[in-house]
Amino acid sequence: MPSPAHLDALEAESIHILREVLACFRRPVLLYSIGKDSQVLLHLLRKACYPARLPLPLLHVDTTWKFREMIAFRDRLAGSGEFELLVHVNEDGVRRGISPLRHGAAVHTDVMKTQALKQALDLHGFDAAIGGARRDEEKSRAKERVFSFRTAQHHWDPKRQRPELWRTWNTQLQPGESVRVFPLSDWTELDVWRYIRRERIEVVPLYFARERPVVRRDGAWLMADDERFALREGERIESRRVRFRTLGCYPLTAAIESDADTLDAVIAEMQRSRSSERQGRIIDHDGAGSMERKKQEGYF
Amino acid sequence: METGLLRFVTCGSVDDGKSTLLGRLLYDAGMLADDQLDALRRDSRGRHGDAALDFALVTDGLDAERQQGITIDVAWRYFHTAKRSFIVGDCPGHEQYTRNMATGASQAALAVVLVDARKGLLAQTRRHTYICALLGIRQVVLAVNKMDLAGFDPGAYASVVEPYRALAASLGIAAVHALPVVAVDGDNIGQRSARMPWYDGPCLLELLETAPTQIAPSADFRLPVQWVNRPTPDFRGYAGTVCGGQVARGDEVLVQPGTQRARIARIVTADGDLEHATGGQAVTLCLDRELDVSRGDVISAAARPAPVADQFACHLLWMGDAPMLPNRSYTFRLGTCTASARVTTIKHKVDVHTQAPLAAQRLELNEVGCCTVDLDRPVAFEAYADNRTLGGFILIDRQSQATVACGMLDFALHRASNIQWQHTDVDKAMRASAKGQRPQCLWFTGLSGAGKSTVANLVERRLAALGYHTYLLDGDNLRHGLNVDLGFTAEARVENVRRVAEVAHLMVDAGLIVLVCVISPFQSEREFARGRFGADEFVEVFVDTPLAECERRDSKGLYRKARAGELRNFTGIDSPYEVPPAPELHLRTAGQRPEQLADQVIARLRLG
Repeated sequence: MPSPAHLDALEAESIHILREVLACFRRPVLLYSIGKDSQVLLHLLRKACYPARLPLPLLHVDTTWKFREMIAFRDRLAGSGEFELLVHVNEDGVRRGISPLRHGAAVHTDVMKTQALKQALDLHGFDAAIGGARRDEEKSRAKERVFSFRTAQHHWDPKRQRPELWRTWNTQLQPGESVRVFPLSDWTELDVWRYIRRERIEVVPLYFARERPVVRRDGAWLMADDERFALREGERIESRRVRFRTLGCYPLTAAIESDADTLDAVIAEMQRSRSSERQGRIIDHDGAGSMERKKQEGYF
Repeated sequence: METGLLRFVTCGSVDDGKSTLLGRLLYDAGMLADDQLDALRRDSRGRHGDAALDFALVTDGLDAERQQGITIDVAWRYFHTAKRSFIVGDCPGHEQYTRNMATGASQAALAVVLVDARKGLLAQTRRHTYICALLGIRQVVLAVNKMDLAGFDPGAYASVVEPYRALAASLGIAAVHALPVVAVDGDNIGQRSARMPWYDGPCLLELLETAPTQIAPSADFRLPVQWVNRPTPDFRGYAGTVCGGQVARGDEVLVQPGTQRARIARIVTADGDLEHATGGQAVTLCLDRELDVSRGDVISAAARPAPVADQFACHLLWMGDAPMLPNRSYTFRLGTCTASARVTTIKHKVDVHTQAPLAAQRLELNEVGCCTVDLDRPVAFEAYADNRTLGGFILIDRQSQATVACGMLDFALHRASNIQWQHTDVDKAMRASAKGQRPQCLWFTGLSGAGKSTVANLVERRLAALGYHTYLLDGDNLRHGLNVDLGFTAEARVENVRRVAEVAHLMVDAGLIVLVCVISPFQSEREFARGRFGADEFVEVFVDTPLAECERRDSKGLYRKARAGELRNFTGIDSPYEVPPAPELHLRTAGQRPEQLADQVIARLRLG
């Protein structure tokens, strides 16, 4: 294992990025997805502004299809009164009855996530949105900037991204432009888990193995999290010992069979693991380069 | 401090096998997951019609590049071994991506330079090594690749290594470790090769596991203030990352560029106060007394402060699509400090292949120049060789807000310390009150023949009639005297407007109401002019007459000459006019008499 000192280096660099946001932007927001990366971001933000209270709100774009445990976790955290939590739902999508089960991953993600995020950013006039994306998640993210610029229409134009020299960022915006900031850019999935363990950061229990009601569909284990999940012919709900490596909308997030029910076990399993993190994300398999297209359209 | 984290870059071209080397390194370090390997097998077959793994595909990212088969942008990759973690920047090799290589190198402690054993040192090898040296990399691993195609011949290897050592030494790269490799087969990548027993040194991975991770250990304590944290009236902390030396509670510090001194009262972190803080740590400092400290100031060891200057010799790498124009004003960012900068002189540019000095009037994309930079105020800095954070800066275009250059400060030019601002007892406020008016600058911009001088003349007549003290600075008139040496190229227009702005600034300081009539076609220069005045002293008046109308009037016959090709660089014809996005006053002249336009100007002014 690499020396723990490298977690200190990553932590310090992320705090530096977060402070740059606090100093340079008029109205920043933390995009809070309830997942492990968001928990780490929140923890780092607390450190960055200590002893001040969190000087910016959290924004959760709720697709209405998150795991119930995620929402309960979110609401309990927000109940502490430590920060302001904004929850945004694309009400137009709700009226149209958009569902990942009926309309598929691509349409659902576009309407309930991408469009919803743009609505929320416009509604509140945020000029900097801090997100938990990491470069090691997916090929096209390897070239993502720490400060990633979006046009007034929230488009990501690969040609107009700015070179990032040293840690001297250009935070200047033209009217209407905004920026997405990724303080965890240089973290790997393993770094995130080791940091969670070191700092005793609380995460949603779905990351740990437990008996859960799951259905085998298209070669993946999906969890029947509520009554909207209708069984197809020949399908049946089974109880399996599973956990999730990433968390999103439950019909789009595949579980893995696992016995890892503690942080140590999760980390040990990951070090043995022979599959990459985003394999459980159904949206990524639309074709090579699909994430790049989604990013151009404004998907986080 | 050993951080357990090594950032390095790989330099070389696709032909040298760079992406293959990197893909192989990830594979040998056990970093490719099963589903990634499956995708790789699929993609490799699709493209080459055979089942051999094309490791280059592991690291190629964006769709456009995969189709073109080149790497455009810096791609960052992550892997670890039992000993440490690595962040590797995969930099594009072609000359048109020099800026991307500089971006990667700016963050790296080490470079892996790849050379094809059969081809030896190429012009691009020299260029890559020069860029690495320019950006401060002092340790290089030279990987001599494709040794299988050179018959595993130690002579072929030596004929690459020896001249490379000489090159690196001439560029100030102290440490070169060379090794022979076959990237595609993994020889000397993750393990030592049996096919080249004559090489008995460590393999690439071993070298990377033992190289120093620290970029440039700088001895003296420096912390650029990033953010002032003031949650309650009784807590005032200066948050930032230590970028040099070490500090302890009780140490005496200086807040630069000023002369305020204090002692460190607390070193605050969320995990408890510290006794010491050192390079790379993100902390919050509390001082033992109330000082005026803001973002951009540098907290330094009082006994060994940083030099302070407003004029520097530097190396500049131009990254903008539009060329750098001497004397144009750009936003300057050094560490956390922001100022306004002009490149006043290009002493020479540097041929990136041969490092020969060449004469230059401007810098184009990917060109490197040895330049003089002037700031609008003094800042604390360090030579880049000593401290990348306080010696490396970027320039930002005022209009597009794009990052257009990176620069490495070499040393201060001593004008700054030798010429001091002379204090005078009578100041602007006193001069203004003697005249009973608010001094200000009315800046009339617009095409030639738009009516700037006509309107300004009417405005001045009315102001004079009301008893105000005024002066009208006309661009054409100034070109007969002060600006007689300037032509109409973009460079000359920049300097023309700068001089007019400075003269107007002096006249406002003298208490006058100054009317400036100058085409001033570029937004950057108008912004520069605005920056020379207080917020309520500058009134930009856009005299908006359509080009067709100006051409129809053509009172000076200039449009006719420009159309005939007798006048070059004529605004509106073969030189651009950038429309002001937000002037204080937008005069649409169509259908208006000059008197009505002058009324509008007068109505807008606050004179008393």
